[in-house]
Amino acid sequence: MNDFTMNKGADGVAVITWDVRDKSMNVMTRASMLVLDGLIDDALADDAVKGVVITSGKDTFAGGMDLNVLASIREEAGDDPARALFEFTMGGHHMLRKIERAGMDDKNKGGKPIAAALPGTALGIGLELPLACHRIFAADNPKAKIGLPEIMVGIFPGAGGTTRLVRKMGAMAASPLLLEGRLNDPKKAKMAGVVDEVVAPDELLDAAKAWVLSEPAIVKPWDEKGYKMPGGAPYHPAGFMTFVGASAMVNGKTKGVYPAAKALLSAVYEGALVPFDTALKIEARWFTHVLMNPSSSAMIRSLFINKEALEKGAVRPDLEDQTVRKVGVIGAGMMGAGIALVSALAGIEVVLIDNTQEAADKGKAYTTAYMDKGISRKKATPEKKEQVLALINATTGYAALAGCDLIVEAVFEDPGVKAEVTAKVQAVTGPDCIFATNTSTLPISQLAKAAGDPEKFIGIHFFSPVDKMMLVEVIKGQKTGDLAVAKALDYVRQIRKTPIVVNDARFFYANRCIIPYINEGIRMVKEGVAPALVENAAKLVGMPLGPLQLVDETSIDLGVKIAKATKVAMGDAYPDGAVDEVLFWMAEEGRLGRKAKAGFYAYDEKGKRSGLWEGLAGKYTVAETQPDVTEVQHRLLFVQVLEAVRAVEEDVLMDIREGDVGAILGWGFAPWSGGPFSWLDMVGTPWAAEATNLLAEQHGERFRAPALLEEMAAKGQSFYGRFRPGAKAA
Amino acid sequence: MSDAYIYDAIRSPRGKGRKDGALHEVTSVQLSAQMLNSLKSRNALEGHAVEDVIWGNVTQVGEQGGCLARTAVLASDLDERIPGLAINRFCASGLEAVNLAANQVRGGAGEGYIAGGVEMMSRVAMGSDGAAIAVDPSVAMETYFVPQGISADIIATEYNLSRDDADALAVESQNRAKAAWDDNRFAGSIVPIRDRNGIDILDHDEYMRPGTDMQSLGALRASFKDMGEVMPGFDAVALMKYPHLERINHIHHAGNSSGIVDGAAALLIGSKEFGEQHDLKPRARIRATAKIGTDPTIMLTGPVPVTQKILEDNGMAIGDIDLFEVNEAFASVVLRFMQAFDVGSDKVNVNGGAIAMGHPLGATGAMILGTLLDEMERSDKETGLATLCIASGMGAATIIERV
Repeated sequence: MNDFTMNKGADGVAVITWDVRDKSMNVMTRASMLVLDGLIDDALADDAVKGVVITSGKDTFAGGMDLNVLASIREEAGDDPARALFEFTMGGHHMLRKIERAGMDDKNKGGKPIAAALPGTALGIGLELPLACHRIFAADNPKAKIGLPEIMVGIFPGAGGTTRLVRKMGAMAASPLLLEGRLNDPKKAKMAGVVDEVVAPDELLDAAKAWVLSEPAIVKPWDEKGYKMPGGAPYHPAGFMTFVGASAMVNGKTKGVYPAAKALLSAVYEGALVPFDTALKIEARWFTHVLMNPSSSAMIRSLFINKEALEKGAVRPDLEDQTVRKVGVIGAGMMGAGIALVSALAGIEVVLIDNTQEAADKGKAYTTAYMDKGISRKKATPEKKEQVLALINATTGYAALAGCDLIVEAVFEDPGVKAEVTAKVQAVTGPDCIFATNTSTLPISQLAKAAGDPEKFIGIHFFSPVDKMMLVEVIKGQKTGDLAVAKALDYVRQIRKTPIVVNDARFFYANRCIIPYINEGIRMVKEGVAPALVENAAKLVGMPLGPLQLVDETSIDLGVKIAKATKVAMGDAYPDGAVDEVLFWMAEEGRLGRKAKAGFYAYDEKGKRSGLWEGLAGKYTVAETQPDVTEVQHRLLFVQVLEAVRAVEEDVLMDIREGDVGAILGWGFAPWSGGPFSWLDMVGTPWAAEATNLLAEQHGERFRAPALLEEMAAKGQSFYGRFRPGAKAA
Repeated sequence: MSDAYIYDAIRSPRGKGRKDGALHEVTSVQLSAQMLNSLKSRNALEGHAVEDVIWGNVTQVGEQGGCLARTAVLASDLDERIPGLAINRFCASGLEAVNLAANQVRGGAGEGYIAGGVEMMSRVAMGSDGAAIAVDPSVAMETYFVPQGISADIIATEYNLSRDDADALAVESQNRAKAAWDDNRFAGSIVPIRDRNGIDILDHDEYMRPGTDMQSLGALRASFKDMGEVMPGFDAVALMKYPHLERINHIHHAGNSSGIVDGAAALLIGSKEFGEQHDLKPRARIRATAKIGTDPTIMLTGPVPVTQKILEDNGMAIGDIDLFEVNEAFASVVLRFMQAFDVGSDKVNVNGGAIAMGHPLGATGAMILGTLLDEMERSDKETGLATLCIASGMGAATIIERV
């Protein structure tokens, strides 16, 4: 069965229906593009056909391009992948342009109206195809999302969406849609000028057909003589400032590390200066340029393909469905409250327990506030709020836990307290209920000793704030069994987050990488590197927060606590004395970070950062000679990346895909790179080993290339070559 | 190689570069032609007297487009056999015209040249000729483009120049310009602009604000703060290039930046033989010329490296220069120059500068060279240097010495 089928009606309207059989949402493939192309030819050639409506057989229109297609074109193309990608892209342009011209001659005479009828979500090429049609009808479906999110995975709309949207609405109006990938519901999409009509869902097809039969004008503005770009082309006085400003905004926001945003803007600028067909060719050249950039393939691999694979259970033990029906959340503090919220949002019944009713209620109030905010932003309804709140039972009574099939314990980070709670819970649930502990620092295997059955005990490390952070780190203790893993992963799927599964070791995966990052930043301050240089260098390499800002956010006293505990655990091998000197001094000064409105940064009374704390320079003088920004960046990157490599060596990470996805979602590791392992592959292991060993000579043994990296460098291996997806560390 | 000499140097008064400026009614061609006619009559340049007219002008569109140099020659009383060359090196165009002319003479390509420039900023808006470096993302982003005002503020930040430093320089520029006018120091070179009937339109620099003090300047808002910090956020771009800075200190405003004005200037350049042939006495020898490219983001630091270059190339030291004209595009440019060379303000822009009198882009280079020469003659100094910062990161300089 083809993905597109055509039904020529007696009324003269040919309805082309997009329905990919084995997928919940339509995605475009190479084969389906050819089928669509053939159907368009057929409809245009058939005198009985007066016009065409393109719609979907599902309640959504389409999710976009199958991004695996782009990877496979590149791989199949041999030694000239750029040409293959360019020609593929131009092929798409020809087909869409055929729809847009619809048989008109060069005087704009003739042609058949073609309408798009979108029952729901239309993303990426799922919107670029409608944009090539002559009128877009969208069903009034508030859940539908309409937009061009390509930029989020490191590419940009390359099937004419960039060129058409800018010509349709102007560069300024199109920029949030193109540069931020902003999605709109149908009504907002109409207000923005993306779709033309919003109609009741059951009238969608009829409205589109009626329009097709109304002998409408179908010439696009840009195919008319005298077309002028809304808002002004680049050298029009009105457009001038838009374009000058756009470069600055994109540069400042992307810190220059996202090639797609730059390429998009260039395609818009260069395209605006030439006729439409030339603009499409320019768009294709820039699109190809981005696809050829290793950053875009790494981003697609981590942020789209592998993220989705992990969400769909790529590392889940092959066991029967473990969908959670009733979860017990122990501890209604910040973490517990967030866990209760995301569980209830997923429709799971929640028992939220704390020592006092007041504390439990406060935890539940977090959900109330969240829903109220949603209502004020029109993203939720009062009914939905009641529904969600009704799922949460805030109580002090452990007896309410009866019938739970998962416990998530989120009490104070103290082994004693946790052990006590574990016993209390299992007195009600028995030892067979899967028991998950939310911890960021305590070894799971130790905590498991308090459980009746260590096989049913597992770590689930949520990131804060729970409702915003997309990653969940599932930690297997020494004795954790497959059932517990499957349960944890099914739960993570229910709450719509992305899981990684790691083995139990100090700080698991995310924190073992992020702590050295913070420490390296602090260490540089001690050395006399300008704090501004440390922070800016981090941001210029794509880290969302500089290390000093990050430690202010997580709090200095937490840093002190972790440092002290680590020192006790490691003894003489502890390497971070220099860091502790600064950290402990800050703590003594009462500069505990953002919560104290004083840290490495100064804050105003409202807690807003006003700038780096000037007192820092009084204690740690900024050196006369400053290092090159690249050296600072290498230090900040390698301290994280080497930890990731050690995590593979030590079998904490069992799959490098999880290492890459987890790094980006967990702590925002330079998303442009696709993650630490993608970055190593991008720069090449031989260069990486040499560069980090050079850092080791200059800055200490923590930079010495781990044996695995040395070995791979010597063999010229890449991580994704050696550790094929799904394969365990070889 | 023969030497190149300056035989004459004139300029127009500077009119406010606005619709209510006195020169707004005068076309760019007319203003240029009056300069050419004045040079012709002052120096009796009959017939095919000079090889070329090299004319600096930045915004070469509209009436300033289409090779304004040639149009101006044709509109003037000069012989039609004299061609015209329109050039653009942004703010140094007028100086570059002189340098090109001098080097043609030195190289033996003709004996005499007219060099100068014009900018009618009230009539042809700055920036209206477009600029790929600002607009084309693949250039703007790769070069970390920011507007000049932001660049001037980066200089202030990088070199620890305060708002008070800048305002003090601005006050001094106003005081010096007023004193110079009161003392008739520009009298020999100012060519009053007249209409076709010979009626005066403007005979003085009308942009000046005598009496400006620290207090009045203190009330002015920093001009580039919003575009830097808010929309579209040029400071973030600046910090990408200068990551050791935490933020940009915005110190510049309308009162300590150069004024937008209309104006023109011209010099008569020639060899020794040219002077003998036309019975003219050389006023100064053009000893050296130089130009250089610098980082385009901080953009306006060019006067420092170009001065280093011109001194090195000619075996000179900063102490060999008796008097400086450093174009007051922004206060920080001049402050940085004095800081870098440890030169006292008693040697720099002693008759005021563009902050007080204005900066008609394409003309200024020729104007300040004339101002420098007038002052060298008045105060009996031997050697002078004129230099300007230039958009997109360049610098130009000229050293002259009296003969």
